[in-house]
Amino acid sequence: MEAEIGLFALILALVVAVAQTIVPLIGAYRRNINMMNFANQAAMAQLLLIALAFGCLTYAFVISDFSLLVVTLNSNSQMPLLYRYTAVWGNHEGSLLLWVFILVIFGAAVAVTGKRLPATLKARVLAVQAAISAGFLTLMIFTTNPFARLNPAAIDGQELNPLLQDIGLAIHPPFLYLGYVGFSITFAFAIAALMEGRVDAAWARYVRPWVLAAWCFLTLGITLGSYWAYYELGWGGFWFWDPVENASLMPWIVGTALLHSALVVEKRQALAVWTILLAILTFSLSLIGTFLVRSGVLTSVHAFATAPGRGVGVLLMLALVIGGGLTLFAIRSNRFKNRAVFGLVSREGGLVLNNILLVTIAGTVFLGTFYPLIIELLNGEKISVGAPYFNQTFGPLMVLLSIVLVLGPVLRWKRDNLKASLLRLRGPAVLAVFGGGLVAAIYGPSEIFAALGLGLAAWLVFGSLLIYAIRIRLFKSPAARSWQLLRSTPRAISGMVLAHIGLGLLIAGVTGVSAWQQERILTLAKGESVEVSDFSVTLESITLLNGANYRAERGQFGIYKNGVKILEISSERRFYPVSQRVTTEAGISPRFLGNLYIAIGEESPRGRWVVRAYWHPLVLLIWIGPLCMALGGFVSLSDRRFRIGAPQKARTSRLKVAS
Amino acid sequence: MKVFFLLLALAGPALAVEPSEMLADPVLEARARVLSKGLRCLVCRNQNIDDSNSGLARDLRVLLRERLTAGDTDAEAVQFLVNRFGDYVLLKPPLTLSTTLLWFGPALLILFGAGGYVLWWRKQPKTPASAPELTDNDRALLNDILSPKDPS
Repeated sequence: MEAEIGLFALILALVVAVAQTIVPLIGAYRRNINMMNFANQAAMAQLLLIALAFGCLTYAFVISDFSLLVVTLNSNSQMPLLYRYTAVWGNHEGSLLLWVFILVIFGAAVAVTGKRLPATLKARVLAVQAAISAGFLTLMIFTTNPFARLNPAAIDGQELNPLLQDIGLAIHPPFLYLGYVGFSITFAFAIAALMEGRVDAAWARYVRPWVLAAWCFLTLGITLGSYWAYYELGWGGFWFWDPVENASLMPWIVGTALLHSALVVEKRQALAVWTILLAILTFSLSLIGTFLVRSGVLTSVHAFATAPGRGVGVLLMLALVIGGGLTLFAIRSNRFKNRAVFGLVSREGGLVLNNILLVTIAGTVFLGTFYPLIIELLNGEKISVGAPYFNQTFGPLMVLLSIVLVLGPVLRWKRDNLKASLLRLRGPAVLAVFGGGLVAAIYGPSEIFAALGLGLAAWLVFGSLLIYAIRIRLFKSPAARSWQLLRSTPRAISGMVLAHIGLGLLIAGVTGVSAWQQERILTLAKGESVEVSDFSVTLESITLLNGANYRAERGQFGIYKNGVKILEISSERRFYPVSQRVTTEAGISPRFLGNLYIAIGEESPRGRWVVRAYWHPLVLLIWIGPLCMALGGFVSLSDRRFRIGAPQKARTSRLKVAS
Repeated sequence: MKVFFLLLALAGPALAVEPSEMLADPVLEARARVLSKGLRCLVCRNQNIDDSNSGLARDLRVLLRERLTAGDTDAEAVQFLVNRFGDYVLLKPPLTLSTTLLWFGPALLILFGAGGYVLWWRKQPKTPASAPELTDNDRALLNDILSPKDPS
């Protein structure tokens, strides 16, 4: 019964979405306020209908309704309750439904919070959103119906891939989708601006919170995914340059560029056309990120929710959204004229440089991800592009970006003096060189990359803190005055400082773990131990246990330091009989910024177990850094400016349609 | 319980590189590890043979170690695999005619970006848009505001 209700809700939602696409657009064209306001009610109706459908699918999973194909293929009656909830989106059909669910949540959020938006802009934004929603609902209903019945019903289901039976699946995809889908709002704003024929500071101010929110969620989503891979795959890798990861990284990078260029539009009414293009690109890349990897076009280790064969519909949708957006851009963008003046050396100039570098980095990831595909199509040659390529190209570009990143915020708007601004940076520069030099002095020339990486990290961290120091006139004004200035610092600035520091921490983490990680792979009998870093790891016992839907061999390890037992770590090797798969649950003990990571393997030969013990120094920074970035984003989002009204019309007159 | 272990053994493709495959000579083994991180497991989806659990990856790891033990240099050992499996086995594609754009793409992107920006910037007007002329009404209003009022 719930399947029919769910499907019916989807069909109704599609009808509402189509109406929400057409009616407000006509209303905006005719300046008919009732037709425009229809979008608000329609957006709420869509939200309710999709929530109902999502609830129905969740219900089917929770009660294990094996008369539904999706449930049978991805769930099992023995699976713990939590994983029956998360299994809803652990497959193609359900994840598409989650995607649309989040899309309509955002749509409704614009309808509710956009009271200050000009009526026509709001109507057009909601119409564009509804068009996207209509497209994906069509795709879902006609090609990947999540409520398809199985006749006769199965006795029990196959289970969710055991790698996905983890708390990670509960939080990683929803955050990732909040990010991807959040950029649909930015896209809708960009398309609406092209229709309106105007972009001004007010537009930028409406859009920026959405960009920021989507960016924060995407940051969290990617970070959670990375940590999940780290503890679940059993050998402590955190980034693999796999197409699916690259697909999530590209919209993040271009979204970061968008975040910065929208700032220029807001403050200086420049770069409007470029910002619109970035908004279109970011969402296009988000779509590619979600769907291209599922269409079977690219192969990936992450292909948990593929739908080959149904790829044509997905590709058609991508072509429509991306092609349509870019075509509209090509037709209308020459109507915008840039009237703000700035020098090459200026805050604007710095932000442009940031954008050039970020887009280059995204372009490089794109090249590496799609090159094998393109070459094979062109001349049938089969090549692989893997981690070594990305490390070699991404690394130098990141160094350039990091250098510019510290310079940008100390530059003044409009124009600045290069020499004077470089002088402002002598403090962080000295600290960075000192830090890098110290590493080189301690570890010798063999660790030159570690010295470089940590030096760069210091440059980012201290360079970002410098913004505070300059702002509060540290040591230049009396302490009381500095304190007062510190307390009155806008949150947007604190957010920026935090996010920039986050990048520094991330670089420090990657550097630390690449340069100094220790690895021991060997077999241990009970009672034997292995040294890793300054820990001694002893295999104390092996026990067998039964989980809800798996059986496991658990290795209990005692960790000794200087002969004293400091803690115990256990690691499991689990066997899932239904899907005949084995997973490893690593035992991880966070130390000061490092992790002791132990994974037990199979028994071979008899009486000896394969043990992998790792010391990952600074590895925690790899996730603390991005968390810092996301936190910075949220702090920025809480800035007063976003809560109070948009700027007055008078300030926006600089930029007008040329025609 | 015995059945359980049997199942584990059957279902359990070992995790990546195994102690039993590893070479006794730590220097040689370290070389093998570095090399195998750059070689693709041909039947897997985008994994290197060092991380992969598949049987083929294991065979390649063993093969690579055999070559190294036989005295091959790093380049020779890799070339041995390339001769058998083609460039596809290399995760870092060599610079050939068809990979030119891949390797020079990033530099081109930066150059195009920076060049395009400078060209665009030069075309921009160097003075801000001047404020529109005041209308007679505006002047009257201004005079009214600015002129000293009669104390009355």
